[in-house]
Amino acid sequence: MTVRASDYPPPFRTREFVAEPADPADERIEVGVLVVGAGPAGLACAIRLGQLLEEHPEVAERLGDVPVAVLEKGKQPGSHLLSGAVVDPRALRRLFRGRFRLEDLPTYGEVHGEAVYVLSRRAALRIPPPPTMRNHGNYVFSLSRLGRWLAERAEEVGATILPETAAEKLLVSHGRALGVRTGDKGRGRDGKELGNFEPGSDLVAKVTVLAEGTQGHLTGVALDHFGLRAAEPQVWELGVKEVWKVAKPLGRVIHTMGWPLRTGARYREFGGSFIYPMGEDMLTIGMVVGLDYRDAELSAHDLLQELKTHPKIRKLLQGGERVAWGAKTIPSGGFHSLPVRLHAPGLLLCGDGVGMVNIPRLKGIHYAVESGRLAAEAAFAAVRRGATPATALSSYDQAVRESFIWSDLHEVRDLRQVFGRGFFVGGALATAMTASKGRLELGKLRAEPDAEQPLLRTNRAARYPAPDGTLTFDKLSSVFLSGNKTRDEQPSHIRVQRTVPREVAELWARMCPAQVYEVGADGGDGTVTVDLAPSNCVQCGAITAKGGRLLPPEGGSGPEYTLT
Amino acid sequence: MKIAVCVKHVPEGAARIDPTSKRLDRSGEGGLNHFDANAVEEALRLKADSDAEVVVVSMGPARAADSVRKALAMGADRALLISDEGVAGSDLVGTSAVLAAALEREAADLVLFGQQASDADGAVLWAAVAERLRRPVVSQAMELSLADGSLRVKRQTEFGYDVIEAPLPAVVAVSDAINEPRYPSLKGIMGAKKKPSETLSLADLGLDAAAVGEAGAKTEVLALGSPPPRGDSRTIEGDGNAAQAILDFLAEKRLV
Amino acid sequence: MSLLVFLEHHGNELQKGSLGVLAKAATLGDPDVAAVLLGGGVRALASEAGTFGAGKVYVAEDDALEPPLPQARVDVLATVVREGGYGTVLFANSVLAADVAAGLSARLEAGLNWDLVDVALQDGTLVGKRPALQDSVSVDVGWRSEPRLALFRAGAFDAVATGGGEPEIEELSVELEEHSRGARVVEQQLEDTSGPSIEDADVIVAGGRGLGAPESFALAEELARALGGAVGATRAVVDAGWYPYSAQIGQTGKTVSPKLYVALGISGAIQHKVGMQSSNVIVAINKDANAPIFEFSDLGVVGDVHEIVPKLTALLEQRRG
Repeated sequence: MTVRASDYPPPFRTREFVAEPADPADERIEVGVLVVGAGPAGLACAIRLGQLLEEHPEVAERLGDVPVAVLEKGKQPGSHLLSGAVVDPRALRRLFRGRFRLEDLPTYGEVHGEAVYVLSRRAALRIPPPPTMRNHGNYVFSLSRLGRWLAERAEEVGATILPETAAEKLLVSHGRALGVRTGDKGRGRDGKELGNFEPGSDLVAKVTVLAEGTQGHLTGVALDHFGLRAAEPQVWELGVKEVWKVAKPLGRVIHTMGWPLRTGARYREFGGSFIYPMGEDMLTIGMVVGLDYRDAELSAHDLLQELKTHPKIRKLLQGGERVAWGAKTIPSGGFHSLPVRLHAPGLLLCGDGVGMVNIPRLKGIHYAVESGRLAAEAAFAAVRRGATPATALSSYDQAVRESFIWSDLHEVRDLRQVFGRGFFVGGALATAMTASKGRLELGKLRAEPDAEQPLLRTNRAARYPAPDGTLTFDKLSSVFLSGNKTRDEQPSHIRVQRTVPREVAELWARMCPAQVYEVGADGGDGTVTVDLAPSNCVQCGAITAKGGRLLPPEGGSGPEYTLT
Repeated sequence: MKIAVCVKHVPEGAARIDPTSKRLDRSGEGGLNHFDANAVEEALRLKADSDAEVVVVSMGPARAADSVRKALAMGADRALLISDEGVAGSDLVGTSAVLAAALEREAADLVLFGQQASDADGAVLWAAVAERLRRPVVSQAMELSLADGSLRVKRQTEFGYDVIEAPLPAVVAVSDAINEPRYPSLKGIMGAKKKPSETLSLADLGLDAAAVGEAGAKTEVLALGSPPPRGDSRTIEGDGNAAQAILDFLAEKRLV
Repeated sequence: MSLLVFLEHHGNELQKGSLGVLAKAATLGDPDVAAVLLGGGVRALASEAGTFGAGKVYVAEDDALEPPLPQARVDVLATVVREGGYGTVLFANSVLAADVAAGLSARLEAGLNWDLVDVALQDGTLVGKRPALQDSVSVDVGWRSEPRLALFRAGAFDAVATGGGEPEIEELSVELEEHSRGARVVEQQLEDTSGPSIEDADVIVAGGRGLGAPESFALAEELARALGGAVGATRAVVDAGWYPYSAQIGQTGKTVSPKLYVALGISGAIQHKVGMQSSNVIVAINKDANAPIFEFSDLGVVGDVHEIVPKLTALLEQRRG
């Protein structure tokens, strides 16, 4: 019998998270423009708005005491930010033109050299980087650090950052987004109010900008509520990465493909690794795998551990020390999965949340920044005019279509046939095509959502290395290193079916880099219970791709990334 | 009625000691020492009953403003941050001198501390500050009430509980059993930025930089090393005699 | 170098922790280690201090020193230190001693190092050892002042009698500062007998998933009773609803450092480790020989908790009679 995670959908309805304002009118908190998410998109939006309001104080005046507010569910800006990251600097340059030079940003420097390898268990074959992988002129960043820096700049130009605050519900009245309701704090496991219970608040705004990043909770709600989803489903990849203090500078960016992923077409193990220098004494190493894989025992975290045992890579880490770890999904549907519109009445959608990622180039941060900037200009234009009729924000769609975001993504839209799953995937696919002598049907590759892949089991987990605490690590010590110290006594923020076929439970248990899911008691009929440890969650979003639904936990929960 | 709450900005995440300065690296992310949140909560609880003014007092790097802001977001009325290059590296003698000088200025009726600093594991500061202020001190308070110019504290000790009374002004260190700190409300977070917050230097307090900070420290870190391995660690297989072996071990260690 | 040790007593008993510090002081090469005993009826305890290495014992039996409050003790100590010219004052940590040590530090502008687990003379200079950052680093600390004040972690040293003779006794006159008279103890309650709370317990028996089922927590409870300790739990079993959150030990639960920590069926994930690794003695029973807990246990027993623990409990009860 074929088992698919999508046959066990999570108990979740969009309408639970769409609400009219509930607080009495005089208790609502009013802000001018509300940005949800202090990532590169949201902060670029707040910064651009701040710049525009500084130039037009009369508009700022109209926006009240808090002209721009940025909600952040993490402990502080940057806490939930994780990326490679080699950044195309053009959007940051444009945002800070005349204000900051790129050298003023917390970068680890420009990319000067690069190498691409195809790995086998013991060997590494260097191949010339394809054009999409040339990174000269790009800059290495820690996105978490960049986020903190951007947040400081946003505050300098007048934005109010509200950390530890989850946006739980989208406030909608008469078809128009009015803002968000923030999550309650201080509930017990069973949902009961604790002694220090603090209810959420209605936060209303003239314009709400959703910049929540990958698997954004309200972005998903808004796409469904306003009917904005594309015909093509969104699909994701899962990245797990570590930062290492190392003895020798790396000096170049490295990408690998092949081992430890398997090339057999039936496995659909598409992905690869990246290794980027972070100054003289650190590097970051990550493993990315498409979430359309089929093997219930595949674990991106353990693949990364396995990767590090390759002689070539072990050498890079020799004598080093792991100093950070984290995981995050990457939307990879590309152009065809972009929403039909990027705005709704009172609402703008930016960045990774809507899938603005150029997978062949492995880049999206510059689109996030650019879309945030364009959202700011559209929001500013709308509030400047005073009225915000239903179509007032359509200038944002227009601007995005005229920007490099659109032309870039459009240009690579059909590379999806081979490189649509990214360079790694494309490379792996090319290998898979060779292996299958062309029997692989490329046209159907990404037709279905990740959760609809039929599951198979091949005893894959037996290959993962046992953690040695020096080079290879288990999931729990990794979660610890992420800084996650989430309060345990709170309601679960993860929606999944709790009784499922064993394959599905195993899929989740292995997939999750943070050991949130465990295969529980055997029901005797092929099903098992799914045990949850939600406070381990680093909110990577993989569960939403693979048959569950991630909601925001109590504000301030989750990882506290600083170097990722 | 004025209540001063002393709070500390402590490093969060993977804390490390800088091998050169041998001091705790305070350059990374930090937050309000969570024991101090209990002290802020207790001040706010007393404020609700007595209409007191609650002043947050902190000493630390400029980033300590984040922790101060958190206390303001919880509901404190204003803040005093002593931030000066000269205070870096202060030990108990220096820190207590700086805080006492700031508290003298405030002349609060009640000074509250949290029971411990999570970074240095110190649980001593209040007694040194009280000594400098020449005021009564009570620590490990698990209940605190005020009446007629005096306070009443239930103090937890190794042996049970003491109920202690003392006249105001006084210094009290609260345990984390005393309350459950509130979450700052969204309004509180937004309002915190606008509350009065003053930053003072050592000169503002009339203190000599040579007497505090690294220069004035009466203690020093000489070396950093790995912790010693656990003495005679041993592992035994659980055969039929395991229980007796454990008992013998406990007897040897004088634990039974 | 002249050493003074602050001795603490409760009822008619000198506290073992402070006797341990005294015994340690006697090994540091000062032939005239002195001790201070303050409070009601302490004179009778002075000769016991002699057997732990005090050549001289200062005693003060003033009424003001009857209640366990720090400030009057600071006044008396300050005088002893000044007049006796003591270069080093040692304390064993307690609620009372920490406040006395800190008050004295401010009074005398004297450096205080706390949370020490050891002290030694290196080339004639006193050096303290302090574990830091959840005991992941060992820090050597020194003093730039005289007197040097040192506060030792509870249970840092065993109270081993040194076989010293009857000490010289000096009675102290007591003059108190105005602010030292402010606080009064109006009521004292001894702990009820239902067993210590997890934060104060000298012994903790903690259970993890290796117990197998919630019912098996009875094993931990019975062993805890036999050892006079409290029961703790890992996050995993609290998550699973086997035991209440109030007993959770670890990163997101309580941090404890009892004299004895018995881990039953606990694997020893870092989230648990950081909450208990500063326990003095750790005994672990786990059937998985590769469990990380064995890496930081003093005694690791590879075996079945269900078999071993009831036997151990029975042996302990037998022993107690």
